[in-house]
Amino acid sequence: MTPLLSVRDLRTWFDEEGRTVKAVDGVGFDVQRGETLGIVGESGSGKSVTSLSIMRLVPSPPGRIVSGQILFDGQELLGLDDESMRRIRGHRVAMIFQDPMTSLNPFMRISAQIEEVTRLHLRHSKAEARAHAIAMLERVGIPDAHRRADDYPHQFSGGMRQRVMIAIALACGPDLVIADEPTTALDVTIQAQILELIRASRAATGSAVVLITHDLGIVAGMTDRVVVMYAGKVFETAATPELFARPGNPYTHGLLRSVPNPAAERGVPLYQIPGSPPDVAHLPPGCSFAPRCSRATSLCREQFPPFVELAPGHHSLCHFAHDVYAGGDA
Amino acid sequence: MTALVSARALQVHFDLGGGSLWSRMTGGERKRRVVRSVDGVSLDIQRGETLGLVGESGCGKTTLGRALLRLVEPTAGRVTFRDVDVTALAPEPLRLQRRHMQMIFQDPYASLDPRMTVAQIVAEPLHTFGLAYGRDRHDRVRELMAVVGLSERFINRYPHEFSGGQQQRIGIARALASAPDFIVADEPISALDVSIQAQIINLIERLQAERGLTYLFISHDLRAIRHTSNRVAVMYLGRVVEIGPARDVCDTPLMPYTRALVSAVPVPDPAVEARRTRIVLQGNVPSPIDPPAGCRFHTRCPYVVAACREVEPALQEIRPGHFAACIRISPEQPDIEAAGW
Repeated sequence: MTPLLSVRDLRTWFDEEGRTVKAVDGVGFDVQRGETLGIVGESGSGKSVTSLSIMRLVPSPPGRIVSGQILFDGQELLGLDDESMRRIRGHRVAMIFQDPMTSLNPFMRISAQIEEVTRLHLRHSKAEARAHAIAMLERVGIPDAHRRADDYPHQFSGGMRQRVMIAIALACGPDLVIADEPTTALDVTIQAQILELIRASRAATGSAVVLITHDLGIVAGMTDRVVVMYAGKVFETAATPELFARPGNPYTHGLLRSVPNPAAERGVPLYQIPGSPPDVAHLPPGCSFAPRCSRATSLCREQFPPFVELAPGHHSLCHFAHDVYAGGDA
Repeated sequence: MTALVSARALQVHFDLGGGSLWSRMTGGERKRRVVRSVDGVSLDIQRGETLGLVGESGCGKTTLGRALLRLVEPTAGRVTFRDVDVTALAPEPLRLQRRHMQMIFQDPYASLDPRMTVAQIVAEPLHTFGLAYGRDRHDRVRELMAVVGLSERFINRYPHEFSGGQQQRIGIARALASAPDFIVADEPISALDVSIQAQIINLIERLQAERGLTYLFISHDLRAIRHTSNRVAVMYLGRVVEIGPARDVCDTPLMPYTRALVSAVPVPDPAVEARRTRIVLQGNVPSPIDPPAGCRFHTRCPYVVAACREVEPALQEIRPGHFAACIRISPEQPDIEAAGW
């Protein structure tokens, strides 16, 4: 089966103050139909730039997609002219952003923002679009949707605004939804509502989801496969249960161990990765994680690591991937 | 044993105005609007313990933390610190008292003066409280930097030259400078990357072990709260609705709100996530301007009965040391599930 989305060797660089920031540098992964892929990473890992690249929304300048392939349903997105890209964006591939307040138009009524999408992509008449907008608002759990449809974004709470964003994203029945930290700005109980909504919509429509998050708990509960990013590169990818049970990269391993868990005793220090996420404009030669890695050798500091296949569908960017995978402690 | 910090019927209301003849005549608010941020909280923090304070935005947890230090003025109630009534102190004795009670802030960058060097920032409390001068002050700053894991080389740098985790270390060094007994840590890790959070949690815990510090650890992150705290208090709309030993509150919560909160926290284990039951609450947290009558949680509670809308529940000891505010549970009937709908 050919994947719905196939990203190959994507490089998105930014020219800033005379230097080149390689925000995304050789990223590749597949998303199957109906699958949920999690992309995890810390600030500066390139996870958001990856999603913006897929949508062709990287601000240029200063950004540019230097090389790579983004095949969506067999079609190369990187070569598309703007008009053809517009027909895909918001229609077949939709996006949910972290902050619904800044991604909704504050001057437009909620229903108008949904109608705009379906009138453009589905050629809805005014009346069809209106009816569809209200149906979408009901589907995402906006109470009293008929009346609320004519409200403005500021009249909604944060959780409700995120529901509206989801209604817009799902309005045209996309094959792929990219959700970039969709619950980071929300409270825990509201986050649970939104995650439940994403689960339910996914089950109802069968659309594939790329879920970008820094929260390993959300990854565990929502995704089928995971891509772990660090300093603009894919450090590890595996099926979700496999990644949590048997990480094959010291960075993933460290991240998983550093999260407080029920078994950890109070007073016993958490495992900690030393140092800070790197500045991608000043990466060391060799492995970008080497300066923070407890098992790094001179090889790691000098040579860029290989992307090793540990099991079918499980890859790790590490000179010692096999040792980590075999349980050799970091 | 008397507690290091005690709050009794503490109340912080913010008057938004309205309701005056002027505002009614000029088309303003007809009714007086008062935000009941903290609305009758009583709790004790024992010397050497960490009390975790958890709740969603707007529940009043930050205001409570600030009121304990009298950084906001309580509108009613009392705070005692080392048997001194902080709420009654005149400005100068209050200033001197603050030497013993410090704060770590959520946004490390915003809490540091961008025009001061690390040395100046960390030395400021030493200067303010007249604790060290000259050479001695310089040595103390270097020692504090070492304690929080900052290299001495950075002593003359400015806040923007540091990463978020390092900035938080500077904030911690400043809080420690006056050798306080009590520190309010307000969301100290939520602005940090995942790999940095563990570093800061470990640092905060190590400092407690070394210096016998007492913490109020405010966070919306139940996983971090559970790890760092001896006891946990849960706030909802200005009130403490549950308080008890950290393990008991986080693992076997009693009050329906806490149960929903705990069940909403994603667990980083796919096997657990696959089989757990989630309690997804309906609706949003109501406004603290006009909180619901009776139990403030009744508008979202799946177990609500008619009486919940009328009776404001008091904290009662359901299990040893574990208190919850819910009229539907009791020591004889601690399980809300069994109480039924």
